[in-house]
Amino acid sequence: MAEPDSDTRLQIRNLTVGFGLNIVQRDLNFSVHRGSIFAVMGGSGCGKSTVLKALVGLVRPFSGSLTVDGEDYWAVDEARRATIGRRFGVLFQNGALWSSMTVSENVALPLQMLTRLDAEAIAALVDLKLSFVGLTGAAQKRPAELSGGMRKRAALARALALDPEFLFFDEPSSGLDPMISGRLDDLILELSTGLGATVVIVSHELSTLFAICDDGVFLDGESRTAIASGSPRDLRDHCDHPTVRAFMAGGAREFSRSPECHRE
Amino acid sequence: MKGLGKPPLGSRDAVSAPQLHLVHHDLEAELQVTGDWIACETGVRSAVEVRRLVSDVAAARLRIDAARLGKWDSALIVFLKMLRDEARSVQPLGIRVDESDLPRTARRLLDLATAVGQSQVAALEMPRISVVARVGAASLRVGTELSRITILIGQTALSSLAALARRASTRSVDLLQQAREAGASALVIVAIVNSLVGAVMAFVGAVELRRFGAGIYVADLVGIGLVREMAPIMTAIVMAGRTGGAYAAHLAAMEGNEETDALKAFGIPIIDFLVLPRVAALVTMLPLLYLYACAFGLLGGYLVSLATLDITGTAFLQELRGAVGAKQFAIGLSKSISFGALIALAGCYIGMRAGRSAAAVGHAATSAVVAGIVGVIALDALFAVCTNALGI
Repeated sequence: MAEPDSDTRLQIRNLTVGFGLNIVQRDLNFSVHRGSIFAVMGGSGCGKSTVLKALVGLVRPFSGSLTVDGEDYWAVDEARRATIGRRFGVLFQNGALWSSMTVSENVALPLQMLTRLDAEAIAALVDLKLSFVGLTGAAQKRPAELSGGMRKRAALARALALDPEFLFFDEPSSGLDPMISGRLDDLILELSTGLGATVVIVSHELSTLFAICDDGVFLDGESRTAIASGSPRDLRDHCDHPTVRAFMAGGAREFSRSPECHRE
Repeated sequence: MKGLGKPPLGSRDAVSAPQLHLVHHDLEAELQVTGDWIACETGVRSAVEVRRLVSDVAAARLRIDAARLGKWDSALIVFLKMLRDEARSVQPLGIRVDESDLPRTARRLLDLATAVGQSQVAALEMPRISVVARVGAASLRVGTELSRITILIGQTALSSLAALARRASTRSVDLLQQAREAGASALVIVAIVNSLVGAVMAFVGAVELRRFGAGIYVADLVGIGLVREMAPIMTAIVMAGRTGGAYAAHLAAMEGNEETDALKAFGIPIIDFLVLPRVAALVTMLPLLYLYACAFGLLGGYLVSLATLDITGTAFLQELRGAVGAKQFAIGLSKSISFGALIALAGCYIGMRAGRSAAAVGHAATSAVVAGIVGVIALDALFAVCTNALGI
């Protein structure tokens, strides 16, 4: 566990999150450094998304603290939290685009609501963000008219609207074909190394994890806590925990197709 | 999965009945599984049947003989799974089931079905709760609901003040959009409902008052009744059904689609962006609709009075002018402003508190309409008490 230093941007200590009476994950400790791409890994249903929601302020944790650039997120008042939150960009698992607005209005809304930019500046910024994700042609479409992958890219453009210092991605590449997924990985890498954004990715997509993440934590659904930490590649090569090994090996191959399968 | 076992025997339609036959040898029992096991055609064995079968086994080992097994699908796997579970639970040591004779695919599927590590959705350990605790919890819930409603009203009021001082981030385009949906699109239905109410009031009044030779007082009845009571209530009820329900459904759908989460994650104030435009739209549109409703209601009453009584139009209007003054309109206007706020807040509150499913959207819409209508009538009763006490 690294001590907080000037490079630590997010510091999570003894974080316990859950819904109602259920604890989803307990006693999480990790820190995310400037310019790093941090992976929150784990099998389906282990509570990755809930942890992410706690990190971006949508779910109040049961206990523990979340420190953003030295400021205790849940100890400050709501107005201050909103101000901190403006430095966050969040990509939700299914996009969560505002369905009554067009794609460009979706990207423009945060700028209109939270900045004092004039319409012309906003239009230019929206156009830039949409071109990052290759969606300038779909600017006037509504989310319902887009394919799943386009919706996700539009949501990414929206997450980038305010040039956030922190980017949170919930399953960025799920449901995307390998080409778009790879392009998305490149974009995330560029945002992190080029613009210095601090990125947290929740994912179980091994290709994304290995390709871009340089640090991470592995959450276990059964014991409901973190069982390993380190970069995904390190975990793949050096971790001895059976769950992590099975995950990194692409899941249990016990029932894989074997030649005698069809012989009977 | 169908036909994974042996190739079909005979024609596709000929299905032989699935049979079980238990034979006891010295140390082990043998279960002969024969016939076709196709779920849709031959059904699935019940748990009771399996339990009875296992209780008939008088040995520590049960070997399955599948030599004469025909076609099979899930029906066989379901049976084998129940058999495995049942045999394991036999006291004291359980019965060992020898499945080696089964087709390999069946064994693999059975292993998959009984594999450990089935996903556990964060299981809710439901403690038993006593009646007293339930009552306590329910009253605490009512308390939190009330405080949430109060907070919503307070925040909306604060952010509308901020908006007036041009410091809130509410967009005028949203306000105009909501105003158009709440106002202009409701013109036809408000006109129809209120002119009919005016006409009915005039009919009833005419029949009764004519018996006393006081037919001209229909103008007073229709005028005061409409301007003070019926026009604000009927307009508000129409709007509760049209707009209150729509607000709740829209916000509930946004909740289900994580759209409100996306707003919160950006730090866009929900009150400024979603609640205030809606409340402001209804609070400004409902008084305007009320005035419009009065015009149509009075027109309906006027026409019916002229048709059923032998009074002139001039006499009716003269009488009406004497009966309905600015005071009546002031009461009606203040009613419609409060009804507007009530309907919009109820719709938004119920929508934001809705669950995250398709059914929740419908439920939210219904509750918002009910809450709106009941609330409007209760608030009207409160107005009646207050105006009576104040003598106006």
